[in-house]
Amino acid sequence: MSEVSSAVAAPPLAGAAIDHPAARVLIGRHRWRWWEALPWIAALAFYFAFPDYLGFGTQLLVGILFALALDLALGYAGIITLGHAAFFGTGAYTVGLLAFHGIWSEPISGLLLAAAAAAVVGLASGLVLLRTKGLTLLMLTICTMALLQEGANMAHDFTGGFDGLPSLDIAPVLGMFEFNPLYANTQYLYTLAVLWLCFLFVRTLVYSPFGQSLTGIRENMLRMHAVGAPVRRRLVICYVISAAIAGIAGGLWAQTNAYVNLSALDLDRSATVLIILILGGYGRLYGAFIGAVAYMALEHFLARIYPTAWQLELGLLLVLVALFARNGILGLGEGLWRRYHIRSGS
Amino acid sequence: MDFGINFASILLGGLAAGTVLFIISVGLSVTMGLMGFVNLAHGAFAMFGGYVIVLAMNRAQLGFGVALALGFLVTAALSVGLERLLYRRLYRAGELDQVLFTIGLIFIFIAGITLAVGPESQPISLPAALRGQLNLGFVQYRTYSVFLIVVGLLIVAGIWLAFERTRIGAQIRATVDNRRMAESLGINVDRLFTITFAFGSGIAALGGGLGAEFLGLDPQYALKYLVYFLIAVSVGGLGSVVGVYLASLLLGTLDFVLKLYLPQGGTIFIYALTILLLLWRPQGLLGRKEA
Amino acid sequence: MTEIRLETRALSRQFGALLAVQDIDFRLAAGARHALIGPNGAGKTTFINLLAGLLSPSRGRVLLQGLDVTGKTQAERVKLGLARTFQINRLFRGLTVLENVCISVAERVGAAPSMIYPVGRRTDVIDEAMRLLEMLKLTAEAGRRVSELPYGRQRLVEIAIAIGLKPQVLLLDEPAAGVPSAESHIILDAIESLPEQLAVLIIEHDMDLVFRFARRVTVMVSGALFAEGTPREIEANAQVRAIYLGQAGRG
Repeated sequence: MSEVSSAVAAPPLAGAAIDHPAARVLIGRHRWRWWEALPWIAALAFYFAFPDYLGFGTQLLVGILFALALDLALGYAGIITLGHAAFFGTGAYTVGLLAFHGIWSEPISGLLLAAAAAAVVGLASGLVLLRTKGLTLLMLTICTMALLQEGANMAHDFTGGFDGLPSLDIAPVLGMFEFNPLYANTQYLYTLAVLWLCFLFVRTLVYSPFGQSLTGIRENMLRMHAVGAPVRRRLVICYVISAAIAGIAGGLWAQTNAYVNLSALDLDRSATVLIILILGGYGRLYGAFIGAVAYMALEHFLARIYPTAWQLELGLLLVLVALFARNGILGLGEGLWRRYHIRSGS
Repeated sequence: MDFGINFASILLGGLAAGTVLFIISVGLSVTMGLMGFVNLAHGAFAMFGGYVIVLAMNRAQLGFGVALALGFLVTAALSVGLERLLYRRLYRAGELDQVLFTIGLIFIFIAGITLAVGPESQPISLPAALRGQLNLGFVQYRTYSVFLIVVGLLIVAGIWLAFERTRIGAQIRATVDNRRMAESLGINVDRLFTITFAFGSGIAALGGGLGAEFLGLDPQYALKYLVYFLIAVSVGGLGSVVGVYLASLLLGTLDFVLKLYLPQGGTIFIYALTILLLLWRPQGLLGRKEA
Repeated sequence: MTEIRLETRALSRQFGALLAVQDIDFRLAAGARHALIGPNGAGKTTFINLLAGLLSPSRGRVLLQGLDVTGKTQAERVKLGLARTFQINRLFRGLTVLENVCISVAERVGAAPSMIYPVGRRTDVIDEAMRLLEMLKLTAEAGRRVSELPYGRQRLVEIAIAIGLKPQVLLLDEPAAGVPSAESHIILDAIESLPEQLAVLIIEHDMDLVFRFARRVTVMVSGALFAEGTPREIEANAQVRAIYLGQAGRG
C-alpha cells in the first residue's frame, strides 16, 4: 500500500530554481485569496440577519456539502453518475437507524460512522462499477441506488419504509449545544462548522498532485494511462472519498431534520444535486456554493407558489444551460472576466 | 393441468407487459446506437404520443386506428422539430450536457402536459373488438394482451426486415457500426439521424398509446418508467432491435411475475439482475463490444 | 553485446478478417535510433499500439527489457520504462502546457498520489517540467492553455510529456506530423539531446527527418516487415522505391 504512505509523504521544500510566470502561478495556486473568505462571512451574516430562516439555511448548507461531494467525482474525476443519493442515503440511514433504535445518538461520531458506512458502499460499488463507462456506468449508478432504496423499503420494520423514521433523538453537540426543533441556531452553526472542515479537506485534495491527476483523468483518460497513472485506483479512491463526504451530508440531513425517509435514496435527489452542481459550475470548487444558493433560493420562492410553473422554468433553464452555458454560472463569470481582460489589454 | 393454465396466463401477461416496454424502448435503442446520444427524454415522447392518442379517442371521438396513426405522425413531427433545432447542437457535446439537456426536456414535457391537460390520470377505453377474452385453445386470455403480443411481433419483424432488406436499413447498420466510414461512403448521416429519430419517437408514441391501458397515462409517466426504458435498452444492447426485444420481454415478464408473488420490493431483483448482467456484459446482451 | 530493450516475437493482430500486423519479429537495442516507414495503412500505428499495450495481440509476445509484457497494461509498461506519443495529440487540453508536463513528471517521480500537500510544494517537479519545456522551445507558452496553441506547438507538448517520463524505450508516432517544416528541427534537436542509451523507435513519413535521425530503417508493408537496413541500403532498395513511387521521398 505504498500509495497510502506516499499520499502523506513530506515533499522537498526548496524554492523553485526556475522563475517563470507560469511556474509562479502553479506554485501559488493553492494560496488563499481574499474573496475566498466571502462565502463564510456571508454564511455568518445570514445567521445574524435572518434568524427565522435558519432551518432553510441549514438545509442550504447541507445541499452545498452534497454538491461539493459530487464535484469531486463528477467535476474533477469525470465520473458521470445519477446515483450519488446512494451515499447520501447510506449516511442518512446510518445516523437515523442508530438514533431511532437507541444505539447511538452522539452527533459528531455519528457523522464519522455515516462517512464510514458510505465509504464502504462507495468502495464496493466503485471497484465494480468503475470498470465501465458511458451509458453502462450511468445505468449501474442508478441501479445501485435503486437497489438500496428498494432494500430500505423492504426492510420497513427496521427502516420505517416509506414513512421513514421520525423524531430522531440526537444528543447535544459536544455535550453542550442542544438541537432545538423550533429554533435552528445550533443546527445551523454545527452544519456550517462541518461544511467548513469538509471544504478545507476537499480544497486541499483538489490542489494536491492527486487532485491534479484526477483532472488529467477527466481531461484525457487515455493519456493518463500512457503516462503510467494507475487510473482505476485513483478513480476508486476519489469515488470513495466523494461517497464518504456525501454520507456526511446525508448524516447532517438526518440529524438536523431529526428525520430520515426513503427520499434520501431517491433518483430525484441525485438529479437535483447534479443540476445544482452544473448550474453553479462543476470542477470549480465554488460551483457547489453558487449552484446550491441559486437553485434552492429559486425553488424556495417559486415552487411553493406555482409548482408546475417552477418545473417548466427549471426545464427551460436546464436546456439553456446545456446549450449555452455548460460551465454554469462560474463558467459564465470566467468567460466575462477573460473577455474583459483581453479588451483592456492586460 | 391447472399449473399449465396458470403458467400460460402468467407467461402471456408477462409477454404483453414486455411487448409494451419493447415498443416504447426500441426507438431509444436504435437512436442511441446510431447517434450515441443519451436521450433520457425518450419516455417523454412516448408520454406525449400516448396523450395525443388517448385524447383523440376520448375528446375527438376518433377511432382506435386513426388515433394511433395521428399519435405516430404528430409525435414524429414534433421530434423532427426538436431534433433539428436543439438535439443537433449537442451531438458533439459531452455525455453530461446531453443528460442535463434531456432532463430539462423531461421537465418541460411534464409541466407542459400538466398545464395543458391537468395532472390526473387519463382514462382509456379500448375499442369493443379488443375487449374481453380470447380462446386460444389451451388457455383463455385477455384479447387485448394477445393483440399487444401480436403487434409487438409484427413490429420487431418489420423493423428487423427493414434493417436487413432496405437500403436505408443498411445505411443505419453501417453507420452504427462505423460512423466515419459510413460518412466517407457518402451516406448522409445527418438526414439518417433525423429520419431514425422521427421514426423511433413515433413508435414510442404508439407504445405510449397502446400501453396506456396497462401503464396508465399521467404527467409523471416520463419519469416513473424512465429507469425501465433505460434498463431495457442497456441490457438489450444499443442499436440491436432483437436485443431490446429480448431484454424487454425478460424485464416485462420478470416484473409481472414479481408483482404477483412479491408485491413488496420484488423490483430489487430486477436491479440486482441488471447490475450483474451489465457487469458481465457491459455492452448488453446483443450489443457491439467496444474495440 | 548491446542489450535488447524491446523485442517482439511472432507478433500478430487481427481485426475480423483483416490481418493488420503479421508475424513480426522485431528488436530494438539500447541506444537505437530506428525508423519505421511504410505506406499508409501498413499497420505501423497498430504495431506501436501493440508495443505500448493499447492493443493486445492475437498471437505472439512483446518483451520489454527482457520481461514478457504481453499481458501487461499500458500503465504497467510505462512503469517498466516505455513511453510513447500518439499520432494525433492526446493532451490535457483544458490545462496549461506546464501543467501537462508536470502531470507526466509527477507520475514518474511518484509525487502524483500525494493528497495533503499542494502541487506548488513540489518545486522539483515544476523545475524539471520547465527545463523540458526549455529544451523544446516551449517556454513562452508555458502558461497558456493547450487548447489555445496551434497544432504544431501542441505536438511539441505531446513529445515533452513522453520525454518527461525518462523512459528506456521511446516510441514516437509521426512526431513531426502537423509541425511546420521550419520548426521540425526542434524535434530533432530534442531527440539528439536525449540520453545515448535510450532506444528510440520513430514512425515517420518525412524522409528528411528519417535520414537525419535514423541509423536503422525498417519498412513495413501490409502488416509485415518488408525490408530492414541502414538508410542508405533502404534508399537503394529498388523494391522499396517501387512501393514508394508517388510518396514524398528523397531525390
